[in-house]
Amino acid sequence: MGMTMTQKILAAHAGLDHVEPGQLIEAKLDLVLGNDITSPVAINEFEKCGADSVFDKSRIALVLDHFTPNKDIKAAEQCRQVRRFASKYDIDNFFDVGRVGIEHALLPEQGIVVPGDCVIGADSHTCTYGALGAFSTGVGSTDMAAGMIAGKTWFKVPQAIRVTLHGKLPKWVSGKDVILHLIGEIGVDGALYESLEFTGDGVKSLSMDDRLCIANMAIEAGAKNGIFPVDEVTLAYGKDRFRREPVIYTADDDAAYVSEVTINLDELRPTVAFPHLPENTRTIDEVGEVKIDQVVIGSCTNGRMEDLRTAAEILKGRKVADGVRCIIIPATQKIYLDAVHEGLVDIFINAGAIFSMPTCGPCLGGHMGVLGKGERAVSTTNRNFVGRMGHVESEVYLASPAVAAASAVTGFITDPEKLD
Amino acid sequence: MNAHGFVHRYGDNVDTDVIIPARYLNTASHEELAAHCMEDIDKEFVHNVKQGDIIVAGKNFGCGSSREHAPIAIKASGISCVIAPTFARIFYRNSINIGLAILECPEAAAEIQGGDEVSVDFDTGVITDVTTGKTYKAQPFPPFIQNIIEKGGLLNSLKQG
Repeated sequence: MGMTMTQKILAAHAGLDHVEPGQLIEAKLDLVLGNDITSPVAINEFEKCGADSVFDKSRIALVLDHFTPNKDIKAAEQCRQVRRFASKYDIDNFFDVGRVGIEHALLPEQGIVVPGDCVIGADSHTCTYGALGAFSTGVGSTDMAAGMIAGKTWFKVPQAIRVTLHGKLPKWVSGKDVILHLIGEIGVDGALYESLEFTGDGVKSLSMDDRLCIANMAIEAGAKNGIFPVDEVTLAYGKDRFRREPVIYTADDDAAYVSEVTINLDELRPTVAFPHLPENTRTIDEVGEVKIDQVVIGSCTNGRMEDLRTAAEILKGRKVADGVRCIIIPATQKIYLDAVHEGLVDIFINAGAIFSMPTCGPCLGGHMGVLGKGERAVSTTNRNFVGRMGHVESEVYLASPAVAAASAVTGFITDPEKLD
Repeated sequence: MNAHGFVHRYGDNVDTDVIIPARYLNTASHEELAAHCMEDIDKEFVHNVKQGDIIVAGKNFGCGSSREHAPIAIKASGISCVIAPTFARIFYRNSINIGLAILECPEAAAEIQGGDEVSVDFDTGVITDVTTGKTYKAQPFPPFIQNIIEKGGLLNSLKQG
């Protein structure tokens, strides 16, 4: 029996010719990642077991992105702890305020993850790098600590769901709508313990920003990872960017899949996930009248350049509705600068939106846009659980940058096509 | 190795944001995390929970964020075992890594009610609802996993040999 892309990458990193679903393997890691929330717990574990060295200082990334710039004294202390650790072990890829971006936008942008890699990160959205044709998955802090010490970890080889994409996305429909639609179809545990392997003629029409967004939310279907084939789009993205030589794996023709999902991109509509699960999806045509208090455009899901361009296209010459706060957050410093140079920031500020420095802040109710009791937000982030962005009685509606920007203009969840 | 206590029952898809809201992730202190465990889904939990108690929940328990703070908060609150039909995979791995016993058992998760007195034998995987007298069988942990849980987590187990 043939192997899926994921199985091939895992086999190669375990030094095996072949692996089977369910097999327990020990795999070498190309990168171990942590942030300012998960790294302190990992560092405590690292020190508890008496470790005094890391396996490879160039293969660890520590990214202070969640509660930074420090939102309070406790957050500041957590960052200090990570900063000291990074300095002590001379970690090459340590990103502090000024250089920092949201980890899952930053590492691909900087070429730190390349196709064929095997990556663990103490952040559930580590699955984002599947867009590059890498195996990458979220773990906890203890696995991060063990990974930093040993440079390897154990995995159970997953079986896969094949998601075949056909056609091309219509105007105002994006990668976010693809992944929300898929989660709506299979549910928040629809891919539990499994890989989501994307394939089909529709892949080539998807930009890298769309693919990163889709792979990013694989975890929201419970998946271990989401992965895209490496093609010309991937290699063009990686040119002058990838810091190591990419290794291209392709699924065997006779690879086995537990189930199949087909999505016709041409037929997709802008999609919104209602509170309080990402699977509670409706097309924009089924939304009805939902009044909102806040819009957030940003995060590791949708804080990339294309997302900001889409928002700017809609906000240009328009105003954010009275009573709505529109918060726009570029995911990295580079995206920030590009947005300045392209004139997007003028558009945002003239529209009455705020444009902030890179941070995960509001996505997880940390800072920079926490919701109060009864407040509703349309957000391009990834989770709409109870209390995710603030008060336990607040509500989050997940949507694309196009829908979020259009909603900011009207004050209601809005189809971008229907703007005057 | 055994667990014995009273049951706190929850539904499907209990996510790590309600287990420990992100507003409390500015600390790694086990005691502080435990003080806010389940706060956004059950404000009374921290007042009602007693050492050894058991959580029984619906499918996909622990979905969402990879925060290890979630199983840490549950364990530090006194919970000795979580029983559910399925767990989100990162939560499953984290729980074992920090030494929180978790068992997949759809039948037990469907039938055991909140407030029931339950005991678990980790050697055999037998779950006994003392209140109703019914027993259920979960897959027992292999010895190396039991060792991790008994030693209080993966890195503790490595350190102590």
